[in-house]
Amino acid sequence: MYLGRVIGTCVATVKYTGLEGYRLLVVEPVGEDGVVCGEPHVAVDATQAGPGELVFLVGSREAALACDPTFVPVDAAIVGIVDAVTVAAPGAHA
Amino acid sequence: MKLARVRGTIVATIKHPAYEGRTILLCQPLTPDGRDKGDQVIAVDHVQAGEGDLVLILTEGNGVRQILGADAGPIRSVIVGIVDEVSAS
Repeated sequence: MYLGRVIGTCVATVKYTGLEGYRLLVVEPVGEDGVVCGEPHVAVDATQAGPGELVFLVGSREAALACDPTFVPVDAAIVGIVDAVTVAAPGAHA
Repeated sequence: MKLARVRGTIVATIKHPAYEGRTILLCQPLTPDGRDKGDQVIAVDHVQAGEGDLVLILTEGNGVRQILGADAGPIRSVIVGIVDEVSAS
């Protein structure tokens, strides 16, 4: 599971039957500081996230469990819209 | 399982129901000798870990369902331990 930023939308008229009704959003993995730390990819939106929003995602098989029905070909899903990330000061370890 | 340092907490009002009532922590994976290793990950806390704690993160769905129950839903990473000490050569 990881942080990401919504950078766009993806529209696919022709797609696997189980994917109807789901918005497909383009996301970029980011770190706590907002710096991009991975490749852009497309994720199913399970939370009505909008462009530019900081979200958190789940990958692999569990991403499909965010959908209904759950047996769909999905390997990335947005499962939360992040209000805040409260982080310890850099280098402040217990 | 991954060795990681808890960096902080993710606050999210709008989220999938499976995450309701769960503490969601942002963690930085580490090498056994404490250096950062790879990108940050998010995990659901199960052992009351706090910021700065060295923790063990399970990152596999079946194991998560063993801990959180068969209806755990879209959760793939759970913090399963707070590490006191690591010694590796």
